[in-house]
Amino acid sequence: MVAGLLSALEIEERPAPVASAQAPLLSVEDLRVEFHTGRGVVRAVDGVSWNVYPGETMAIVGESGCGKSVSALAVMGLLAKPAGRVSGGRIMFGDRDLTQLSTSQMRELRGRDIAMVFQEPMTSLNPVLSIGTQLAEPLRIHLGMTAQEARARSIELLGLVGIADAARRLDQYPHQFSGGMRQRVMIAIALTCNPKLIIADEPTTALDVTIQAQVLELMKELSQKLGIALVIITHNLGIVARYADRLTVMYAGRVVEEGTAEQLFARPRHPYTLGLLRSVPRLDQPRAGSLDTIDGLPPNLLAPPTGCRFADRCFLRAAVCETDPPLFDLANGQRSACHRHAELERTVAARPAAPLPEVVARKDEAPLLSVRSLRKDFHVPIGQGRDGLVRAVDDVSFDIPRGTTLGVVGESGCGKTTVGRMILKLTPQTSGEVVFEGTDIASASDDAMRKLRLRMQVVFQDPFSSLNPRMSIGDTLNEPQLVYRKVRNRREADEHSAELLRRVGLVPEMASRYPHQLSGGQRQRVGIARALAMQPSFIVCDEPVSALDVSVQAQIMNLLTDLQNSLGMTFLFIAHDLAVVRHISQRIVVMYLGRVVETADCDDLYREPLHPYTQALLDAAPVPDPKIERQRAARVLKGEPPSPLNPPSGCTYHTRCPRATSECAAIVPPLREVRPGHFAACIKI
Amino acid sequence: MTTLSQTSFKPTRTRRRWRDNPVIDFAVSQPLGVAGFLVVLVMVVSAIFADVIAPYDPLAIDFEAMLAPPSLAHPFGTDTFGRDILTRIMYGARTALTIGFISSFIGCTIGAIVGLASAYFGGWRDMIVQRGIDLLLSFPIIVLALVVVAMVGRNKVGGVDLNLICAITVPIIPRAARVVRSAGLSIREMPYVDAARAAGYSSTRIVLRHMAPNVLGPYLILVTAYIAQAILLEASLSFLGLGVNEPTPAWGLMLSGNSANFYQTAPWMILFPGAAISLAVFGFNLVGDALRDWLDPRLKT
Amino acid sequence: MLRYVVKRVALMIPMLFTVALLTFFLLRVIPGDIVEVKMRADGGNVSQEVIERERVRLGLDKPLVVQFGDWMKGIVTFNFGTSMWTGQPISREIGIRLGLSIQVAVMAAIIAVLIAVPLGTISALFRDSWIDYLVRIVTIAGLAVPSFWLGMLIILGLLTLFNWSPPVTYTPFLTDPIANLSQLIWPALAVGYRYAAVVARMLRSSVLEALQEDYIRTARAKGVFERLVIVRHTLPNALLPAITVIGLEFAFLMGGLVVTEQVFNLNGIGRLFVEAVTRNDFTLIQTLVMMIAVMFAVVNLIVDLLYGVLDPRVTNK
Repeated sequence: MVAGLLSALEIEERPAPVASAQAPLLSVEDLRVEFHTGRGVVRAVDGVSWNVYPGETMAIVGESGCGKSVSALAVMGLLAKPAGRVSGGRIMFGDRDLTQLSTSQMRELRGRDIAMVFQEPMTSLNPVLSIGTQLAEPLRIHLGMTAQEARARSIELLGLVGIADAARRLDQYPHQFSGGMRQRVMIAIALTCNPKLIIADEPTTALDVTIQAQVLELMKELSQKLGIALVIITHNLGIVARYADRLTVMYAGRVVEEGTAEQLFARPRHPYTLGLLRSVPRLDQPRAGSLDTIDGLPPNLLAPPTGCRFADRCFLRAAVCETDPPLFDLANGQRSACHRHAELERTVAARPAAPLPEVVARKDEAPLLSVRSLRKDFHVPIGQGRDGLVRAVDDVSFDIPRGTTLGVVGESGCGKTTVGRMILKLTPQTSGEVVFEGTDIASASDDAMRKLRLRMQVVFQDPFSSLNPRMSIGDTLNEPQLVYRKVRNRREADEHSAELLRRVGLVPEMASRYPHQLSGGQRQRVGIARALAMQPSFIVCDEPVSALDVSVQAQIMNLLTDLQNSLGMTFLFIAHDLAVVRHISQRIVVMYLGRVVETADCDDLYREPLHPYTQALLDAAPVPDPKIERQRAARVLKGEPPSPLNPPSGCTYHTRCPRATSECAAIVPPLREVRPGHFAACIKI
Repeated sequence: MTTLSQTSFKPTRTRRRWRDNPVIDFAVSQPLGVAGFLVVLVMVVSAIFADVIAPYDPLAIDFEAMLAPPSLAHPFGTDTFGRDILTRIMYGARTALTIGFISSFIGCTIGAIVGLASAYFGGWRDMIVQRGIDLLLSFPIIVLALVVVAMVGRNKVGGVDLNLICAITVPIIPRAARVVRSAGLSIREMPYVDAARAAGYSSTRIVLRHMAPNVLGPYLILVTAYIAQAILLEASLSFLGLGVNEPTPAWGLMLSGNSANFYQTAPWMILFPGAAISLAVFGFNLVGDALRDWLDPRLKT
Repeated sequence: MLRYVVKRVALMIPMLFTVALLTFFLLRVIPGDIVEVKMRADGGNVSQEVIERERVRLGLDKPLVVQFGDWMKGIVTFNFGTSMWTGQPISREIGIRLGLSIQVAVMAAIIAVLIAVPLGTISALFRDSWIDYLVRIVTIAGLAVPSFWLGMLIILGLLTLFNWSPPVTYTPFLTDPIANLSQLIWPALAVGYRYAAVVARMLRSSVLEALQEDYIRTARAKGVFERLVIVRHTLPNALLPAITVIGLEFAFLMGGLVVTEQVFNLNGIGRLFVEAVTRNDFTLIQTLVMMIAVMFAVVNLIVDLLYGVLDPRVTNK
C-alpha cells in the first residue's frame, strides 16, 4: 500500500522529529492484525506505522476499538491465539523483525528488552504469589540471578518506584496493596531487566486522579533518569499533553495523524484529532455552552468502509475521501492521513463558544433538595469473623435550588455515590435529613415515597447493566407510564416513548430493539430517556459519562445541558472528572473520605480553590494543552488515601496535606464561609 | 473506569438473517446439544408411542421364552418371566420421563421461587432461607430421598407413585433454590434493578418483571439438568426396591433383585436397562450443557 | 487463625442441633404410630398389648421432649439406642460397618483425585484437541452412568473376562491387605468414577477460567516460560476452588455407597441405611441421618480450614 511504502522509505531518509538524529528504537511498519471470530474476520489493525526513538515518550491516542492496544500486544507477541494474528507488516526492534521471531526468541525478549504495564492493577498480579516472587521471576529467568541477588535487586526496585518498607513488603501479597501501589509494583516489574522500551497500556485509567498523577510522574521521571523509551497508550488527551513528546493518533485501525505534542495540539491536521480536541471540556478555558461533538459512531471493523474511515463523520468530506488516504508528510515531521489537510488549516479558526445560558436560581424559593448532616455507616467484615465500621458519609450538607445543577466531585471512596443513593432512598441513611420538595424522605411513608419517586430519577454509570437485558427499549420506556397510569393504553405509551426517544436524540424505531443491540452511548441515552419518562423535577446523575468514549461523552454532556436549559431540570451531577463537572454545574461540592471539604460556585471554585485537596485535584488533572502543561510545576500529591476503616483523626486530609500541622490532627475543621458563598473546611485558610 | 467500546463489534448487525432464529443458532453452534436432543427425542417418542411401536405387551409372561438371549424375535432378550426386554425398556421410558419431568419441573420451580424471593428480600429472611438450604444440602440426594420415602411410605396414591415423586422432588428443591438465589443476588446488584426501585415499583413487579426473566436462563438449565438427576434417582430407588414396584416396567427395577443373580447366564438383562438409563441421562446432560454454553456468550454481548 | 477455627466449629453446633431436631420430629410426624406401622408392615395382626410392650421397650411411651433429650444425651455418649429391627444396640450395628464404608469412600476419593486432577488440567490446557474431547466425553459419561450399574458391569467384566469374582467376606485391611483390597477396589472404582468425572469437569473449567485472567498475561509479558506460567501461575489459582468441590463431593460419596454396596454385597453403612428404610426402623434411620450430617459438617470444616491455610488472601489480612 502507498502509505506503507512511504513509511518504509521515510524512516531511513527523514530526520527524527526528536532533537537527536537517531534511528528508531522500535519501528512498526504497515502492521496488520486480524482476529478470526465466529462472525468473521476483524481487521483490528490495518496498515499502521509508528516509530519510537530511544528515551522519548510517545503516546498512542485513540478511542476504544481503534486498535491501539492491539498493536501494542502485537509488538509484545501477546495476541490471543489462535484467534488473533499478525497478517502483514514488520515490527523492527533494532535490526530484528519481531514478527519473524520464534516463540522462544520472542519470550526471551519480553520482559527483558521490552516490558509492558497493563491497565488493571487489581487483576494484573497473581493473587497467590508474593510480590517478591513475581518481581524475582524476570530477574532469575532473564538475568540468571540467584535468589539472594534477585531479592536485593527487588528491594532496590521497590525503592525506586517509591514503595516504602520494601524488604517487608516483598513478602506480602497483592491484595495487601492498594491500586496505586500495585501499579507501582507493575512498573517495578517492568524495570527489572533494564529494558530499552516500556509499553504502558492505559496505565492509569483505573486509578484516581491524584494517584494517576503520582504514577505518571514516576514513569516520566524513571524514563528520563534511566533513558527508557516509553509508549503510553491512552484516550486521555490531558495525559498526552503533559507527558508525551510525540503522539500518534489512531482511528478504526489506522493511523490518522502523527507529530510532536506541540504540533498536534496547536495545529491539528486531521478532522478527527480536531474533533477530539474540541469535544473535551477544558479546565483552562471559559465554560462553553455546548461541546463540539463528532457525530456518529466508529465503523464496524468486520466490514470496514473503503476509503477514509473517518469520512462518514467528517465535516470536510469530499469526493476524494473515497480513496484511501496515505500518510501525508507535513512540515517538521508532522504527518496526517487526510486528503484535505490543507483546507483544515484554513477552517481551524477559533470557533466562538456557544453562549452560556443564564441560569438564575430564584432566591426566594426554598431549595428543591436540602441535605443536612447526612451520615452513612457501613459494617464490613474484616476477616476473622469480625466487623469493622466504615463511615462512608460524614456530616454532609448542601442545598440544590430548583433549576440548577450541583456537581459532587471526589475520588473513589469519598462517598459521593452513597450520597446519591441515600437521596434516592436506595440506601437507607444512618442519620441526617434529606428534604425533597418540602418532604423529609426518611420519615415519608411508602405511599408518599412512591409519589416522590416520580419526581426524582436517576441515571447510572454503566450503560451495559443499567438496562434490563430482557426488556426491549420500548418496554423499558413504557413501563413507568403504564404502571403509574399516565397513559390510557399501550398505544399512547408507545407514542410517548417515541417522543422521549426523539428527545434524547434517538430514532423511534429503536423501541423494538434490545439493549445488547445498542452501543454504549445509545444505551446511556435510553437511560436518560427512562429517567425523563416520569417527568421528574430532579435527576441524580451518577457518573453518567465515565464509562463512555471521549467523543460520546461530549454528545451525552450536550444532551444533559440541553435538558438543563430547555426543561429547567435540576441535576445532582456526581463525577470524578473535574472538567466534566465544571462544564455542567453551577455549584460544586468537593468530597474527601466522606466529608465535604469545599463548596462553592463553579467559577469561584476553579478560579480560586481554597482547600488544599481541591488544589491538589486541580493540579493533578492535566489540561490538553502542552504549552500550558510545560509551564505548570509538577506538584504531585503524596501518599495514599487512608483506609476508610481507619480514618485519620481530626481533619482526614492531614496525612497528605502539605500545609498540615499538629493542630490539624486534633480538630475536625468545620465548613466555614471563607468568601461569600464559598465554603471550605480547613483551619489553615 | 474503563472506556467501553461503543460499537465496533455489533454482532446482530452482521449476523445473517437465518441465524437470527434462536433455534437455528443453537443448532449450529452446539452440535453436542443437538445430539443430546435427538437422544431425548427418541426417548420421548418411545414413551408416548410405546403402545404402538412396542413389539410385545410389557407385562406378558411367557415361560417358554424365559431368559432367552438377544435374537430377532427378542432383540434385547427376555427376563426371568419371559417378558421382552426391548418392550419393557420402551415402556420404561414412560416411567422415567414422567417421573423425571414432573419431579424436576415441580422441584425446580418451587426452588426457583424460594431462591428468587430470598435473594430479593435479603436480610434476616434470606439468612433463614440460606440456613435452611444449607441444612437440606448437607445430605446426598439419595439419602434425602430415602428419608422422604421412609416418611411417606411406599404406597401408591391414586395409581400414581406420588410418594416417589415426592421423594425425588424434595432433594431437588434446595439445590435449585441455591442456584437461583445466587443468580438472583447478582441480578439484584444490577443498576437496572436499582432503577426499578428508584422508580418506585412494587416488589412484586420488580421480582416478576425484572429479576425473574433474567433468571430464566439458569432456570432452564436447572430443569434440564435435574430431569437427568431425577431419572437417575428414580432408577436408583427402584433398584433398591424402594421406588416403582413390580410389575411396572422401570429401568432401575429391571436391574434389581433377580437380575443380579444372572451375571453369567443372562448378561443382557443387565446391559440393556443400564444402557438405557445412561443414555437418557447422557442426553439430558448434553442438552443442559449446550444450553449453558449457548446462553453464556449471548449474555456477554 | 485459631479464633477462626473456634468460630467455625461453634457455628457447626447449632446447625447439627437443628438437624437432630428436624430428623427426630420428622420421623415422628409420620401418620400412624411408628411401632404400629413397623409391626403391621412386618405382616400379620398384632394385638394392642404387643404394640404397647414394644413401645415401652423402645422408650417410645415417654413424652416426645423427654425422648429427644434422651436421644441427644445418648448421641453425645455414643449410645444410640436400640434398633427396632434387630433389637441390637445401634452403635454395634454401625460400628462394624462404618469402617468398611469409610475405607471404600477414601479409596474412591484417592483414585478419583489422582485421575481427575491431571485429566482435567490437560483437558483445559489442550482445549478443543482430541484429548479434550475424549476427556469431556468420558466425564459426561461418568455423570450419566449410574454407579450401581457400573458396579454390575465391573462384576460382569471380571466374571466373563477373568472368570473371577470379588471375595464376599470382608477382611480388615490390617489383617490381610491383599484380600481386603481385592474386595474393595471394585466398589471404590465404581463409586470413584462419578466422583472423578465431577472433579475433572470442575477442574477443566477452573483452569480455563484461570488462563483468561489478567495476571497470566502479565506473566507472559515478563517472558516467563510457558511451562512455568502453567505450573506456577495458573494451577495454584485453578486448584484452590477445586478443593472445595473435592471436599463436598467426598461427603456425597455416601450417596454412591448407598446403592453400590448393594451390588457388591458389602456390609456397609449404605446397605444398612437402605435396610433401615425398607424395614421402617426409625430409630436407626434417625441415628444414621444424624451421622451423615455430622460427617458432612466435619468434611466441610476441614475443607474450609484447608482453604484458609492455602489461600494467602485469607491467611494474610
